[in-house]
Amino acid sequence: MNVLVPLVVAIPLLGAALTLALGRRSRYQVMVSVLSLTVIVVISAILLVLVDQQGPAVVHVGDWQAPWGIVLVVDRLSAIMLIVSALMLLGVLLFAVGQGIVEGDRETPVSIFHPTYLVLAAGLFNAFIAGDLFNMYVGFEMLLSASYVLLTLGGTGARIRAGVTYIVVSLVSSILFLSAIALIYGATGTVTLALLAERIPELPGDVQLILGLMLLIAFSVKAAVFPLSFWLPDSYPTAPAPVTAVFAGLLTKVGVYAILRTQTLLFPDNRLQVPLMIVALLTMVIGILGALAQADIKRLLSFTLVSHIGYMIFGIAIGTEAAIAATIYYVVHHIMIQTTLFLCAGLIERIGGTTSLARLGGMLKAAPFVAILFFIGALNLGGIPPFSGFLGKVALFDAGVQVGGGLNYLLLAGGAATSLLTLYALARAWNMAFWRPRRDVENYDSAMLDALQDDPHDEGTVLTKTTSPLMTAATATMLALTVCLTVFAGPAFDLAARAAANIEEPSTYIDAVFPGGAP
Amino acid sequence: MSASLTLVIVMAVMYAAGIYIMLERSLTRVLIGFLLVGNATNLLIFIMSGRPGSSPIVTGTALDDTMADPVPQVLMLTAIVINFGITALLLALIYRSWWLAQLGDEGDTLTDEHAAETTEDSEVTFRSSTDDEAAVQASLDASEDGSDDDSSGADNTGNSDREAGTP
Repeated sequence: MNVLVPLVVAIPLLGAALTLALGRRSRYQVMVSVLSLTVIVVISAILLVLVDQQGPAVVHVGDWQAPWGIVLVVDRLSAIMLIVSALMLLGVLLFAVGQGIVEGDRETPVSIFHPTYLVLAAGLFNAFIAGDLFNMYVGFEMLLSASYVLLTLGGTGARIRAGVTYIVVSLVSSILFLSAIALIYGATGTVTLALLAERIPELPGDVQLILGLMLLIAFSVKAAVFPLSFWLPDSYPTAPAPVTAVFAGLLTKVGVYAILRTQTLLFPDNRLQVPLMIVALLTMVIGILGALAQADIKRLLSFTLVSHIGYMIFGIAIGTEAAIAATIYYVVHHIMIQTTLFLCAGLIERIGGTTSLARLGGMLKAAPFVAILFFIGALNLGGIPPFSGFLGKVALFDAGVQVGGGLNYLLLAGGAATSLLTLYALARAWNMAFWRPRRDVENYDSAMLDALQDDPHDEGTVLTKTTSPLMTAATATMLALTVCLTVFAGPAFDLAARAAANIEEPSTYIDAVFPGGAP
Repeated sequence: MSASLTLVIVMAVMYAAGIYIMLERSLTRVLIGFLLVGNATNLLIFIMSGRPGSSPIVTGTALDDTMADPVPQVLMLTAIVINFGITALLLALIYRSWWLAQLGDEGDTLTDEHAAETTEDSEVTFRSSTDDEAAVQASLDASEDGSDDDSSGADNTGNSDREAGTP
């Protein structure tokens, strides 16, 4: 099974090269990229089953033994992240292809889209299977460079403006990450995670604290944790709909994955617990208050994205096995649902011509199917039983109650309030866009709507375009996947619990990399 | 671990200058700041390899104690390549944003081989929407009770003047 591990990075990169060579033949480009992502889905499914049965898969690249060579490790957490992100990437790719078919390949999937998208996938997978910090950095840089190109696709004024903010913020966080790696190397003499897990606890407490904080800040910028989240709602919504969906679903979660991996493996004594909890509370509450003030559906969704990162940070901060299991389940749920909702927003934009609540109306009549898709997605994100959003939050709150203490109960209250406010914001969006009759849109007199903030860069043009069946089908399939996460919540949660058990016992990870004990 | 004081001072100055320049609003200065900070980080990695030594090439025998640590050099090389790529992208971005700033809104209109047919398409759409509008207006004028159910499915632009027709 070890052969399969490097393939998850190699195949998308080869696919990217091939699609770049096929630049003028978009039909073959589509075939290559869909095929390579399908193969990755199959590989990661096999990896998940094998890793779950036989323990972590470890590859020493070029047979250079760790800690000298590059080591790739797939444990249960990595395998879960691999399969979920591969599925999302494939779904969004099909949506983008559908959009391209409608537009006659003229606008969004320009010839550079497919290669860049595959490089993004390769970087993402590389970050998930990296067994050392530096390889993780390389994975981050791959996906970030690809995301810079995707965000500024077409090079229009609005996208360049949004792209500059995003790129500069990402660059600063990357440099911080690299500086942290340099300091960690200086302190321990290695960057291999498994060896660091043994050496960092031996360092003096204050050195550990500084290293932990530097990594945490670098990853928090990527994960959009308050107060490092202000760049996100300004940059994501301007990109083309499929690009926003991938960014929202996966890019922030790579940051969450990195925080989860480093804070549990390298800094197991969790001395940042209290600051993490406070930051998680602020992320949840301030994020959702931002969402309440938005009139643009894409911006609203971006703010809920920031807000719900708070739940995952809360889980990491509690740090017990139950909390980590809940966090993993919640990450999977949130990747799926946020991607799907952004795709729904993409459909709304095409059918209604805008995503501004001030100008949308009568969508229930125009697109009843999209109305159902968005409604189910909104209920799921808002945490209505029996959906996975509810199950994840209950598991998280349960883990918080088990630990007890005033701060935990405060976070529970904040989390519950955030969940209700999410539901309120999304239900209001649904009411305005779908339920409100078309004829009420003009001169709609409402103090509430006047108080909402519209997209500052919105030109106010209303341009309806047709949607292809492929776009709707891709969105519906992805929504079906989130419902599957609810229906099969039992097995899925058991898997998350087993992954959490691995994480709580770092020796599993260390022994897999160094079978004969660490040098 | 020992390190050269000169290198540490150079690194600190580069970090300070780089961060200061990055805070400017001009994109070109942000780029220069990024270059300074990026190379300061490379220096930081290099400093972490400790004091200089002989070249780290194992020639069949055991490891030599005077060898320099090769790992930071490898990390540095990778980081330099990544910085180079990002710099190229930033330059393209700066050029594009300068271009847009020169042309104003004109910069957003791309001229390509589809330009002609796009204009044609939009003209057709525009004409048909004007027709719709006229039709809606006519039906509104005809109906005395002001019921406008027939307009719910019409094009968005068709509704813009509807208010005027409602009593």
